[in-house]
Amino acid sequence: MKKAIVSVFAKDSKGITAFVTSLLAENEINILDISQTLMQEYFAMIMLVDLADCPLSFSELSGLLKTRGAERSLDIHIQRSDIFEAMHRI
Amino acid sequence: MSYLINSDEILQTINMIDQQHLDVRTVTMGISLLDCADTGTDACCRKIYDKICRNAEKLVPVCEQIEGELGIPIVNKRISVTPISLVAASCDTEDYVPLAEALDRAAKTVGINFIGGFSALCHKGFTDSDTKLISSIPKALTQTSLVCSSVNVASTKAGINMDAVALLGKIIKETSGIDPVGCAKLVVFANAVEDNPFMAGAFHGTGEGECVINVGVSGPGVVAHALKECKGLPFDTVAETIKRTAFKITRMGQLVANEASKRLGVPFGIVDLSLAPTPARGDSVAEILEEMGLETVGIHGTTAALALLNDAVKKGGVMASSHVGGLSGAFIPVSEDAGMIASAEKGVLCIDKLEAMTCVCSVGLDMIAVPGDTPAETLSAIIADEAAIGMVNSKTTAVRIIPAKGKKVGDRVDFGGLLGSAPVMNVHAGSSVRFIERGGRIPAPLQSLKN
Repeated sequence: MKKAIVSVFAKDSKGITAFVTSLLAENEINILDISQTLMQEYFAMIMLVDLADCPLSFSELSGLLKTRGAERSLDIHIQRSDIFEAMHRI
Repeated sequence: MSYLINSDEILQTINMIDQQHLDVRTVTMGISLLDCADTGTDACCRKIYDKICRNAEKLVPVCEQIEGELGIPIVNKRISVTPISLVAASCDTEDYVPLAEALDRAAKTVGINFIGGFSALCHKGFTDSDTKLISSIPKALTQTSLVCSSVNVASTKAGINMDAVALLGKIIKETSGIDPVGCAKLVVFANAVEDNPFMAGAFHGTGEGECVINVGVSGPGVVAHALKECKGLPFDTVAETIKRTAFKITRMGQLVANEASKRLGVPFGIVDLSLAPTPARGDSVAEILEEMGLETVGIHGTTAALALLNDAVKKGGVMASSHVGGLSGAFIPVSEDAGMIASAEKGVLCIDKLEAMTCVCSVGLDMIAVPGDTPAETLSAIIADEAAIGMVNSKTTAVRIIPAKGKKVGDRVDFGGLLGSAPVMNVHAGSSVRFIERGGRIPAPLQSLKN
């Protein structure tokens, strides 16, 4: 299992979750967990994903999510989960 | 989320990076050049160039890969090398500029931001090689673009080499006469450390291994932001909040260090727990001190605030890293900190107060511009004062001072990029000529009967 965190920030609109999850599915990425919150009119979605079957390299995937996200005015980041574990867990 | 890390924590990290300028300031590869010594200068230069390129070939791509995967910017990729005065000692030349040019070429080939180690350690006396290196500094720093230089002129165990102090005043003046930016790449140290990843003072000490990865973290913006939650609360809470924040920042630095070390196949050296500002708004050490309740940095209370900050950063960071070293503490480079610049421009922050601040913080009088007509002896006297603070307090201190050619107090000098811009600050008018002319050594201080 190759775990990573996908975070999506955008102004709230219809179909953001559907768009992002199908983008992930197209690239053989399994979603392990999702959480969403609305901060004022801003939408924040955080997903724990498994990249084990994803054919793309990390940087290709990161670039793809960025450009496809930007087309819909979504700010999509992908980061290895290690950074959050290092910072928040002893 | 059922996953161990909750979404608030994830958002906190992302905000630190996106909004509060959290980054890894530098991944610095230390490379020993001791085996590059040769009587032929050309051969020595060739060996230096080849060794650096061989060792650091993957440094930049690996750092970029880590940046991409962890989503944390690594602002600088740098190299530190064995002090060149040691490497070049047997070369049949008086002029060390070709060695600086070899470093510069290697730095450009591997694509790094700076290379440090055009250095001499002469806190007790000069070798012939130290003298040659120091006299080559003005040309070396103005004819190359990425080479940084440092000279250690004092230590707690050896005292202050006042001949070196006198010489460095002249060298700084000569460098600024060619190009003031050269002075921004020259640090004069007391108690220089061997594993510092930060520029301009980085060099790879003789006690270090063949090749090593050192990491410098940053994040004044994150600390300032955390302190916004502590308005009106006692200092106990302030110190605790800084410690917690420093812990998180350092853990991230340690993760990057481990990854870089593993991927490059080079041992991990240290994490330097430093709060290094940049000229960007919201990335300022001054802002942290002002958040503690000071109207402007530089007024009464500044030294106490900085003492608390410096100590809390270390306490929080030490537990987060397996090996801590380098300079570790808060940096106060005037030209690289928007809050310091603003205060100096208002005339509040002066050199005397900065000198007091250096007694309790990590380095010293850093990136300070002074009038172009400041005599070399005054520059030397400033260095002597700072070296005395380091020597007596068993700490590292440094001077990176820029006499701005043709400029007067209140004018501004631009260094470009991370080096920022600085207002020209006032120096005392009285003459230190007779003091500096004495030469010799100031003896090492007593280490007991401390008061």
